[in-house]
This record gives sequence, structure tokens and C-alpha cells, in this order.
Amino acid sequence: MTAGERKSLLMGVAFISPWILGFLAFNLYPLLASVWYSLCDYSVLSQPVFLGTQNYVDLWRDPVFWKALQNTVVFAAVAIPLSTFLSIGLAVLLNQPIAGQGIYRTIFFLPSLVPAISLAILWQWMLNGPMGLVNNLIRPILDFLNLWLHTQLKTPDWLNDPNFALWGLILTGLWGTGQAVVIYLAGLQDVPAELYEAAELDGTSAWQRFIHITLPMLSPVIFFNVLMSIIGALQTFAVPYILTNGGDGPGRSLLFLATYIYQNAFDYWNMGYASALALCLFLLIIGLSLITVRYGERKVHYSGK
Amino acid sequence: MKKNFNSTLSIIALLGLGFLFLLPFFWMVSTSLKPLNETMKLPPQWLPSSPQWHNYPDAMKAMGPFWLYTRNSLVLAFLNVVGTVFSSALVAYGFSRLDWRGRDGVFFVLLATMMIPFPVVMVPIYGLFRALGWIGTFQPLWVPAFLAGAFNVFLLRQFFLTIPRDLSEAARIDGCSELRIFWQIILPLAKPALLTVALFQFMATWNDFLGPLIFLARENQYTLALGLQALQGTISGTPWHHLMAASTLVLLPVLVLFFLTQRTFIRGIATTGLK
Repeated sequence: MTAGERKSLLMGVAFISPWILGFLAFNLYPLLASVWYSLCDYSVLSQPVFLGTQNYVDLWRDPVFWKALQNTVVFAAVAIPLSTFLSIGLAVLLNQPIAGQGIYRTIFFLPSLVPAISLAILWQWMLNGPMGLVNNLIRPILDFLNLWLHTQLKTPDWLNDPNFALWGLILTGLWGTGQAVVIYLAGLQDVPAELYEAAELDGTSAWQRFIHITLPMLSPVIFFNVLMSIIGALQTFAVPYILTNGGDGPGRSLLFLATYIYQNAFDYWNMGYASALALCLFLLIIGLSLITVRYGERKVHYSGK
Repeated sequence: MKKNFNSTLSIIALLGLGFLFLLPFFWMVSTSLKPLNETMKLPPQWLPSSPQWHNYPDAMKAMGPFWLYTRNSLVLAFLNVVGTVFSSALVAYGFSRLDWRGRDGVFFVLLATMMIPFPVVMVPIYGLFRALGWIGTFQPLWVPAFLAGAFNVFLLRQFFLTIPRDLSEAARIDGCSELRIFWQIILPLAKPALLTVALFQFMATWNDFLGPLIFLARENQYTLALGLQALQGTISGTPWHHLMAASTLVLLPVLVLFFLTQRTFIRGIATTGLK
């Protein structure tokens, strides 16, 4: 290395030094410490005591862990496709030459600004069994169906019914999907109009144009969003925690990996076990992200930008 | 003919969906202005028979030291915004306006850290802050902001890259130090991007729930989010009119900020997803 190179290296490192410190203290050290703690009996109040793989054996046999894992994966697997379809659909609708486009965009975006605490309390009220607005909107529809089909459909008590609590959370999440709408809309506006004009001259239908032009052109944006949604969905904590008044729902139906880490760490002071759980969550995120990237590489269309 | 039909259909769909998206806001405000007995009527009453404005001061009283919580939230938001804007800009400068060996490899590491969410690392971080004696103080909630956030660095780097290099070169030939180029040339040009980062960080801190939940101990340090959660937990019989009033109050500053800075905001969101 020449003197000039060394000087510019030092300068570069000096500028990024705040991040290096943050990286060491809040990323690298915690990951390494988690590996160590996960092999220990550790309560924060006393020194960690080495246990070997005991925490992982316990974890394997812990039905609550499997429940949390199942909820986390099911939530991600249902909520991400639903919100992706919804937000692309809304963006396509918004991308048409209509009056008041900006107003609609603001309307769809606003819910994503609502702080988790307000959002969860509001939806606790919206999803209330007898008095909630959601059930009061559904009830006439169910009454109508019951009358004509002689069924006995009843409105669910969303947050107190283990079969419906997760769906209540998904509904809450769909309301807050607006950020993706803004991103998709910007992506749609980047698609060159000539593509559509040429396809229209060839006599294609609107649906064909959507499948063969819009989706491929939008695919890098979709890919990036889905990746970010996976990372976001897997760490879900605040909204289900508040929806259940600081619990994990009926029959643990709203227990997620992040919730279970929190409970073990800060309710039971079982930091070793919490660390083992945290590493599982980390591996899950890495694994699903890598699968998405692999799959995405094959499917995503990058135009010559 | 067909085109008209399609756009009519789109407008109907947009009106319907727009109505559904606005409904929860309407319900929140409507409930917040009802007397308690009207919140429980079946079928629900759309509007309060007469708006009970005193629900708002009542809800603030029910939360306890409402203004103290507000002050705590504002102080934390301010420190986080200042810290993250300056540190992230500094780091982004190092990743975009300077050439040094290994830069792109290190930048890749920075991007990879975005895959480590807080719940994964919160146990050792808690241990670290405990060893420093910081649990039950505000430090865990603002000191890290001064050590740059990966996402903000990424955003600012993309912006800094669009500023012509000749500007820095000319200044360097004139004998300007890097710090001065950063401070006097790049930062003024990057104002829109810095504003975007500041807005995002304000929202993130204002909305944060898990951080205050684990790091704060005493009630007089609570942020608005924690104060509101305490209100939700302590009261029985669930006075939804108070909970909705308090939720509206916590949301209000965010909405005001959004409407004041709407264009920067929307542009910021749009670019984060595209680059």
C-alpha cells in the first residue's frame, strides 16, 4: 500500500467510524454473545453458567416454541402475499388518469403512519366481538346468507377466538399496507408508456398487458418489497402484544418468535433460552431471505437501467 | 366506450376502497367524542349525539402525567433525529465521496446488517446497557442513534452519489479539508435527503414501542406509547371513548408532520423502494 492509499484508507475509516462502533456494539457483539448465552444458564443478574446444548434440547421439546414458530411462519406466509396483491392492485388502480389521484394515494398511505400503539388499540376496538365496527359491517351480510342458504354463520369474536385472532392481526396489517402502495405506484410510473402503446396497437387485452408488461417491469420493486416484508413480518411484536393487552392471545394464537424471546428474556429472566430462540429467529430470517433472493434472481426482470 | 367503462369501474373501486381505508379513522374520532354509554350501543351509532370534547382532557388526565410523557417522547425524537442525521451523513460520505480500499466490501456488510432485527440482538444489548448502568435511563434510547443507522446511510449514500464529483475535486485542489467539503458543500446540497432521513427517524422514534418497553423502568420516564399502553392495561370496563381519544392524541403529531411535509415524505418513501 502506498502512502497515498494508506492516507485515503484512514480518511475513509475515520468518516465511517460511527457506524463501525455501532456495528461492533449492536450487531457483531450481540450476535456472538447470543451464541455464547444460548449455551448457558443466564439471567443477567448473575454470571452465565455453561450448560452445553441444553437450551437447544429444551427448545426442541418445547411445544410453545413450535407454536410460536408456526404462528410466525403462517403469519408471514399469509400476510405477505395478501398485502402484496392488495398494494399492487391499489397501485394499478391509482396509476390511471383519474381525478384526485393524489388524494386517494394519501388516503391509502395514511394508515401506515399510525403508531403501533394507536393502531393496535384502534383495532382492538374495531375487532371487538359484539360492538366492533368490523362485525357490525359483516353481520348484515351473514344474516343475508343465513336467510338464503339456511346456514348458521355467526360473526367471530376475533381477538378472543384462537381460530380468528391471527386473521384479526392480518386484517390490521392490511390496513397499514400503504407504504408499499406508494412504492409500487412510483414503480408503475417508471414503466415507459411506449411499451403499452405498442402492445395496444398489437391488439392485446388489458390483462395481457398487465401480465406481460406491468409485472415484469415491476418485478425488481416487488422483489425488494417482499424481501423487506419478510424481514418485517418475522420480527412482528408490538401490534399483537398490544392487541392482547401484553399477552399472546387465546390459546397462544398471537404468540410469535419475537414475543416468546421477549417473554423468556424479560418476564422469566431466562436470557440463555431467549438467546437460543433469538438465534433461531435469525436463522429463519437468513434462510427465508436467501430463498427469496435465489428465487428472485431467476424471476426478476432487470431492464437495461 | 370500453375505456370509459373501465375507468368508471376503477373510480367505483377506488371510492369503495378509499371509504374502507378511511373508516377506522372516522370510527376512532367518532368514538373519542361519544359519552361512554353511546360507545356500547347496538347497532352502533355513527356519530355522537353531541360531541363530548371534554373526553380529550379526561383521557389525558387518565393517562397520568400526559405532558411529561409528551416531553419525553419529544426529547427522544429530537436527540434521535439530530444523532442519526449527522452520523449517518458522515458515514454515507465515507461510503460515497471517498475512495479507499475495501470500501465496497464494508458497504456490503452494512447492507447485510439490515437483516438483523432488534428482537434478535436485544438480549445482549440489554446486558451491555445493564453493565453500563443505563437501564432505567434514556441513554439506551438515544445514544445508538449517534452511531448511524444502516438504512439511513444507504439512503444518503444513494443521494450523495448523484452529486457531481467535480465539485469535491475543485474544492480539494483549493486545499479544502474533507470535513469542510462535507460540511460546506455536500450537506447543503443534500438538504432534501437529510430532511427525508430526519422525518423517517422522527416517526420511528415516536412510534417505537419495544425499546422503551425494555429499557425504561420508572413511570416518569415513559414515552407516550408506554403511557398509552399503561392506560390500556390499568383500566377495567374499557372506556373506549378515552382510549380512542388518547390514541388520536398520540397519532396527531405524526399526521400534522406528514401534512406539512407531504411531498418530501412521499418522494422519500417512493425512492427507498426503487433504488
